[in-house]
Amino acid sequence: MYQYNDNDQTLIEQRVAQFRRQTESYLKGDISDDQFRALRLMNGLYIQTHAPMLRIAGPYGLFNAKQFRKLAHIARTYDKNYCHFTTRQNVQFNWPQLERVPDILEELASVQMHAIQTSGNCLRNTSSDHLAGICVDEIEDPRPYCEIIRQWTTLHPEFAYLPRKFKIAVSGAKHDRAATQFHDIGLHLVTNDAGEIGFKVLVGGGLGRTPIIGQVIRPYLEKKHLLSYLEAILRIYNLFGRRDNKYKARIKILVKESGLEKFAELVENEWLLIRDNLELDAGRIDAIKAQFAPPAYEANAAQDASFTEHLADNKAFATWIKYNTAEHKIVGYRAVFVSLKAPDSPPGDMTDTQLDAVADLADRYSFGEIRSTHRQNLILADVKQADLFPLWQQLDALKLATPNNGTATDIICCPGLDFCSLANAGTIGISKEINDALDDLDYLHDIGDVKINMSGCMNGCAHQSVGHIGVLGVDKKGAEWYQLTLGGSSENEAAIGERLGPSIAKDQVTQAITTILAVYLKQRLDDESFLDTVKRVGITPFKEQVYADH
Amino acid sequence: MQIIKDKQIVDDSWHYVADEAELENGNITISLARWKKDRAQLLKANGKVGVRIGPADSVDELAADLKDLALIELDFPAFADGRIFSHAWLLRARYHYQGEIRATGKLMADQVYYLSRVGVNAFNLEKSEDLPAALSTLNDFSVNYQKSIC
Repeated sequence: MYQYNDNDQTLIEQRVAQFRRQTESYLKGDISDDQFRALRLMNGLYIQTHAPMLRIAGPYGLFNAKQFRKLAHIARTYDKNYCHFTTRQNVQFNWPQLERVPDILEELASVQMHAIQTSGNCLRNTSSDHLAGICVDEIEDPRPYCEIIRQWTTLHPEFAYLPRKFKIAVSGAKHDRAATQFHDIGLHLVTNDAGEIGFKVLVGGGLGRTPIIGQVIRPYLEKKHLLSYLEAILRIYNLFGRRDNKYKARIKILVKESGLEKFAELVENEWLLIRDNLELDAGRIDAIKAQFAPPAYEANAAQDASFTEHLADNKAFATWIKYNTAEHKIVGYRAVFVSLKAPDSPPGDMTDTQLDAVADLADRYSFGEIRSTHRQNLILADVKQADLFPLWQQLDALKLATPNNGTATDIICCPGLDFCSLANAGTIGISKEINDALDDLDYLHDIGDVKINMSGCMNGCAHQSVGHIGVLGVDKKGAEWYQLTLGGSSENEAAIGERLGPSIAKDQVTQAITTILAVYLKQRLDDESFLDTVKRVGITPFKEQVYADH
Repeated sequence: MQIIKDKQIVDDSWHYVADEAELENGNITISLARWKKDRAQLLKANGKVGVRIGPADSVDELAADLKDLALIELDFPAFADGRIFSHAWLLRARYHYQGEIRATGKLMADQVYYLSRVGVNAFNLEKSEDLPAALSTLNDFSVNYQKSIC
């Protein structure tokens, strides 16, 4: 994991001092609400329904144990003993006091953390594959490039007042686990015909009100040109992106309205003028790569026999292994999903006690590192097989071992009307209802891979349009109603979900979802997945049943 | 009226000339449209000439004329209009403009630092009492991840 040098540390400390001064100026009345809004958003601070919300960056989803202990401390000292993990691998506190935010930022800076550009119309935190560096289908580890992009985007002077927010995701594997096709820029590490590794560059993807799948603007970009190409895209967007209507201001609209060909021509022309002055030299890439060197894996980890014994003896453990762990490129190791989707807890939430405990478990079992995933769970990435059983027992005691990873109760859920001032409808309550309705684990596991994504408004923080089942809260004459979609996906075969029919009332959402799942079980052929069944039979059989009584 | 120029608070010597107004003696700024219309006449003026540019204007159109202009004024209609930052960058980095680039209009004191990093060297704020605070923001950071344009 990347460790700050003196310059990195100085920069975030100076940013804290700057934000402290900005906050004090605002509280004294020297700067207006409107001006402070722009300044605070660029530092992750929203004003929400009940209190400010502070969003802290999880750079491409990487944390260490010390940072988790600091989050626990902040939750206890400045908040109500919990925090929330988001779909872009960040962390949110829902109850800080405005006056104390500079103190929180100072605490974060002491462990190499910050809230820089986690909101606002600027270059946001770069996200990536949660299995980076350990997955079996990897072409190259994307994290060094994420860090290079993190540094380049941080306090970039030219691109701090973009038409709208701007998100970059990087994937280094064959299977896209970072939803790169739904980012303003998606980068894929790919191998060209000469066997060299570079980037395929996608542009203009996005979710929200107008979900659009990103298009390939350059099939292959040499690594040394990474930053110049990003700069060219950003300059064209900054100059020509729409600023007259915030709902049409994302780069996806510029790409769509100009056409990919015209947009690409502008970018390529700009790039030719700057690329020789902004080359990444191989030495810099290597130095950053060295910071992501593999940990000291034990050579004989696979020789442990206890793991297979526990698997045979303990059905609950075997189930957890099946659902909540993933294959690791090193034999004898697995990646462990720490489920933040316990039935009685809001999706993605974590208490201070859990944060501290996971920090300890990371230290003991996974080289002191923790990752966050875009489905709002955590990962301990490097656990040797002998440690899986004791780790499971301890996670279970902490209510962090619900074996539901990738199933219908592993719901992506925004905070909804309970917390967010943008929301039209609640989400956490429905998530709880769905959990209650699907409390039979065997049934849940029989259904298998179903991704339910639920957002409380059109802004789509929970990526409902790419959920296998999407749930979108809408306001209908002051009441909470919900629009369902089927068949979305943010993975390789990216798709935007199709609307099932008219929106339904809040008390019918859970029933509709259980109906959809029942239709799937009736329609599926052999071990066909939910998504494949929806693709094959279309939405009509689902629609007929869900709206049968209407 | 005072402005920040080259990291100092100084008196401003330039006169704003509206599109329909008579040209004045001394250093004057005029709009891009007027520059294009009256270029020949302006080149004969006894003072220096500066051109005012808004976010929607194209800096490229001025490229050939930059040698004749002592000032480019970048006018923020709203502080959030970030096109100004790219205009400044293009003037310095692409066209190697050596004259004064001045930010004016509805910019915030807290934007002065980023503007200075893309090549703006003069700042006219709505409230002149904000100038000392704006000047001090130039020292907010001693380190950076990107090259600055000076």
